[in-house]
Amino acid sequence: MNPQDPPFRRVLADFASDPAAMAGLVLLAAILVAAIAAPLISPQNPYDLSQLDVVDGRLPPGARNAAGQTFWLGTDDQGRDMLSAILYGLRISLTVGVASTVVALALGLALGLTAAYVGGRTETVIMRIADIQLSFPAILIALILLAVLGQGTAKIIVALVTVQWAYYARTVRGAALVEKRKEYVEAARGLALSPSRIVFRHILPNCLPPVIVVATVQVAAAIALEATLSFLGLGLPITEPSLGLLIANGYQYLLSGKYWISFFPGVALVLAIVSINLVGDFLRDALNPHFRR
Amino acid sequence: MLVYVIRRSIQAIFVLLVMSLLVFVGVYAIGNPVDILINPQADQLERERAIQALGLDRPIWLQYAAFLSGALHGDLGRSFVHGTSALRLILERMPATLELALAAMLIAVLLGIPLGLLAGLRPTSIAGRSIMAGSILGFSLPTFWVGLMLIMVFSVMLGWLPSNGRGPTTELLGVPVSFLSLEGWRHLVMPATNLALFKLALLIRLTRAGTREAMTQDYVRFARAKGLSDIRVIGVHVLRNILVPIVTVIGLELGSVIAFAIVTESVFAWPGMGKLLIDSINLLDRPVIVAYLLVIVALFILINLVVDVLYLALDPRVRLAEAKG
Repeated sequence: MNPQDPPFRRVLADFASDPAAMAGLVLLAAILVAAIAAPLISPQNPYDLSQLDVVDGRLPPGARNAAGQTFWLGTDDQGRDMLSAILYGLRISLTVGVASTVVALALGLALGLTAAYVGGRTETVIMRIADIQLSFPAILIALILLAVLGQGTAKIIVALVTVQWAYYARTVRGAALVEKRKEYVEAARGLALSPSRIVFRHILPNCLPPVIVVATVQVAAAIALEATLSFLGLGLPITEPSLGLLIANGYQYLLSGKYWISFFPGVALVLAIVSINLVGDFLRDALNPHFRR
Repeated sequence: MLVYVIRRSIQAIFVLLVMSLLVFVGVYAIGNPVDILINPQADQLERERAIQALGLDRPIWLQYAAFLSGALHGDLGRSFVHGTSALRLILERMPATLELALAAMLIAVLLGIPLGLLAGLRPTSIAGRSIMAGSILGFSLPTFWVGLMLIMVFSVMLGWLPSNGRGPTTELLGVPVSFLSLEGWRHLVMPATNLALFKLALLIRLTRAGTREAMTQDYVRFARAKGLSDIRVIGVHVLRNILVPIVTVIGLELGSVIAFAIVTESVFAWPGMGKLLIDSINLLDRPVIVAYLLVIVALFILINLVVDVLYLALDPRVRLAEAKG
């Protein structure tokens, strides 16, 4: 790292000067802590059936049951505390979103860098597949895949990875094509370094800023897509109650005015997506040399 | 030009073929429809007869060959559940989806372009900032949840609008439509608004960016120097220049609206082909799934082809580049 220009400290200092980004970052940090610490901070374990009582079912927010327990966000049809269910659901939604993004990122980087560095027919084939795929909306591709693969946590991650890899491949290829022509790559070639060393140790680090921006926004997109698929009944199984499944579960009670079973998980979902997007928007400007003050 | 159109068409047919193969082979992995479609109390003989009637006992490649030759004759198999032609089932549902998609696109265009213009002309005003903040929300809010909230507010709390279905339809040239009756409008407005939100946000951003760029151009300054009124400068000079990319995006997004209608139709129980798809996936009604996917892929390829060709016709720069390449 260049001592005159430590990028991480610089980005942090920029965060402090942008209130919207700062709010997003604080919110995101709070959501992450809440999701990770869910078993410690939630009032009950929502999936331990011995802690649930059907008598407490569908209580409105703020209601107390006979045992003096207060349900701040109400309960669902099985008497489950919604606050606890949301904290656990957030955990599942974030895990699926982050896991699929990491896998898609690795796959997209490998394919995009290969395309840029090897060129020729390999490049044409990889980028052609990416082009065709990107001409269809993500939700349609994910639906086709889930219709084909069936349900399950691993399958939804496969679907999310398939949907996302092309964005990374395209982004990193664009950046790598520019980097490839620079002198330091020439110098590395002159030293007879292996192609994989040149690609991963020299070119890749210089291509990362745009990729980081795309990855941030894609985590939010992956979380939203997972929630949508789970809502449609094609995403996660009932044993992995993500926010989307919680919302779907509350759908049938919405029409009888019991809004909280769908409303609060949705608020949690929106807060997670908006906070990630705010941070992503900020990173896009901060990491773009054209916008540097 | 003709060479380009032919080349693009051949490519489109190739993509369609590959997709049909992928979809068909893939859908076989869902599960065994025999277990779901045939009465569990049926005896062995009845089961075998049913399997034979549905053609499930033949090798996969033979089933695909039969399917492909059927597809060329407009026959995409029979629905296991409804017992009727899968293609007809989808075509029956298509007008509902197209009506919803077009209504959504219309809302997005009629609101998005004026709001984007306003935000682009006065980027620092309160109105400009609120419009942009709204468009960020439009991108971030998950469509299905917004749909639920619309139902909660307008159907459950206020009781103004019906929460599901299409309402009574009126025949227009033999096609059932909702928008000709007041009751139909009441059913249409909420799902269409829900589906429009994402595209509305997109169009606002696109129009705003285009307007901001156009306002700094020499031709705008020149038009002003000539003493033209603001309305004329913006309405004629600016709008005409920013409209070319916007029209392209509208064309391309039409397909995506039809795809996203799957979600909206499920939330509002709108009887379109998207809801049919979700129902069919849950019932493992394979012929309908395969037929839907092929119809939507064909629709997409067609839309992309038309937009590409239109773009070629509209923009002389692209035309020249294609002629050389």
